[in-house]
Amino acid sequence: MEKFTLLQGIAAPLMLPNIDTDRIIRIERCAGVPRERQGEYLLETMRFNADGSEKPEFILNKPPYRGAKILLAAENFGCGSSRENAVWALMGWGLKCVIAPSFGDIFFGNCFQNGMLPIRLAAATVERLAAGAEADARDALLTVDLERQRIVTAKGEEIAFEVEALRRTMLQEGLDEIGITLRHETEIAAFQRSDRDARPWLYT
Amino acid sequence: MNSKDKMAARTLFDKLWDRHVVAELAPGVALLHVDRHFFTDMHSPEFGLLAARGLPVRNPEMTFCVADHVVSTEPGRSGGHASWSASLLAELRAGSKTHRIKLFDVNDEGQGIAHVIGPELGITQPGMLVLVGDSHTSTHGALGALAWGIGASEGVHVLATQTVVQRKPQRMRIRFEGRPGPGVEAKDLILHAIGKLGTAAGAGYAVEYAGSAIRALEVEGRLTLCNLSIELGAKFGMIAPDDRTAAYLQGRSYAPKAEHWERALRYWRSFSSDADAVFEREIEIDADKIRPQITWGTSPQDVIAVDGMIPDPASAADGERRQAMRAALEYMGLVPGRPIAGTKVDWVFIGSCTNSRISDLRSAAKVVRGRKVAAHVRAWVVPGSQGVKRAAEAEGLDRIFRAAGFEWREPGCSLCVGANGELVGPGERCVSTSNRNFVGRQGPGARTHLASPAMAAAAAIAGVITDVRRTPGEDH
Repeated sequence: MEKFTLLQGIAAPLMLPNIDTDRIIRIERCAGVPRERQGEYLLETMRFNADGSEKPEFILNKPPYRGAKILLAAENFGCGSSRENAVWALMGWGLKCVIAPSFGDIFFGNCFQNGMLPIRLAAATVERLAAGAEADARDALLTVDLERQRIVTAKGEEIAFEVEALRRTMLQEGLDEIGITLRHETEIAAFQRSDRDARPWLYT
Repeated sequence: MNSKDKMAARTLFDKLWDRHVVAELAPGVALLHVDRHFFTDMHSPEFGLLAARGLPVRNPEMTFCVADHVVSTEPGRSGGHASWSASLLAELRAGSKTHRIKLFDVNDEGQGIAHVIGPELGITQPGMLVLVGDSHTSTHGALGALAWGIGASEGVHVLATQTVVQRKPQRMRIRFEGRPGPGVEAKDLILHAIGKLGTAAGAGYAVEYAGSAIRALEVEGRLTLCNLSIELGAKFGMIAPDDRTAAYLQGRSYAPKAEHWERALRYWRSFSSDADAVFEREIEIDADKIRPQITWGTSPQDVIAVDGMIPDPASAADGERRQAMRAALEYMGLVPGRPIAGTKVDWVFIGSCTNSRISDLRSAAKVVRGRKVAAHVRAWVVPGSQGVKRAAEAEGLDRIFRAAGFEWREPGCSLCVGANGELVGPGERCVSTSNRNFVGRQGPGARTHLASPAMAAAAAIAGVITDVRRTPGEDH
């Protein structure tokens, strides 16, 4: 997994509440498009007209937001389906960080599995960043410093955020959960040995 | 855990959590043992990811492969019609064969939607930790299991290690007190709660449902209720096991056999919240006052009683909400301030992991018996499993539905999510017993109204959204 340390990039505001993972990527793209191409289908119904042409007014179709690495989102971003394809589609587009007041729980966890950083900030702070990024593209440039847990705006303002220590280390070192868990094999085997006596009906 | 904590009162959630801890990884982060893992056809590529790492499936006997999302539900099917169905099913079959995992294949007698067959076959039991790569896994919590939906990476992790890394959530208890009136089903209880609390209320929480209305609810109704936990924002939903739970499980093919039954019962009974256990959030809902529900918008929280009015964005609390309501009404093609009843429908779908069990079909059949589906409506019944289908046919429910003009189909996820290519057309309006009314969920441009099986059946007959309590005939 790619390490996440310092990210500098354009932040695109998409301030609609309850953007669900069905909206982020449609089910037929999850099933019918290879993972590495799913970015092409990110937010399909919002980015394209029915005839397949782009909606020029949609934020991710406009420069410089088209090349955004950071998404500013509203409440409950990534709610709904557990499809990890939502993270793959966002990353396939080039996004590496989503900042929102709240997230769908499953989506939030799926981000960390792929080296993507979801950041929770107060709604008023996200709205302020979004308004700034939209009003002047120069203010859309943000720096996300994971080590210091600070977002630095183009004007030099610093905004603190928090990432749980274990998750922060895994992101910074590009560590994968499976690799770590395999080191606990002795404990897994011990659990099953005693469990077999306690709940024998699970092992028949 | 130190001895002081052990003495403290615990919630049902805490007891389930503590029972499965293999290792504490950090404060509030544990490695938990996974007792049962259902692996659906949508996840077939995870076998490839496992192989790429050169890892075996650690406990194939605790894993169950299920063909449900991409299978066709057309009578006489042999696989799926979508362009991706054949390859995903082939990968599922190859993976289950290589790793010696039990597979419920397309036309096997146990086949069905993972969240229907888990409880139905007795694979899911109280006191278990159950995972599926699907957000509606909370369904299994209705039996007193700790169950939640995982992503693809976690799916590979479970295959490789039979464990999952999890952060401890906060606890919420929702008590439904009182007795729901006629025509009010489990679906109405939970839709009402989602409407009242909002679709993000449960984020960060494990939700236990309790109260007199829950105790009175049969297990299948509890499954419906827990199914929609994720629409409340909660990954986890659960109900303490009781005598109804035990009676439901006894004799099912994977339930504990005679020599283990008494011991299993004792174990199951240990799972309930202590009287003085503390929940970070407690909510009480008056079940007496709940009327049959129907959604009007594009989020499950956009829900009203069927005798209510389509809400006006002008009444919204803030600008963001007003904008979201306007967008939802425009997508749904609805005019604020009018009654929702009387809205013409094109489609009715009775099925999905929410409402496709035998009690759901009985409830719908009671409304349908002796009547005809309105001429302009296309109506489907998709039983949740082969077991449900056989039971319904034995009771003659299929004949009731067919005689009325419903299509009687094969088990699968079908029109809930369209992963098999079965879709509601653009601009078409569907009353659906499923779980999500998101933009495009049932197909690009499709308009979904979530409701109970009885309400969906009533809409099929009337051809418009209608109050099931006003449908003539049998007492609902």
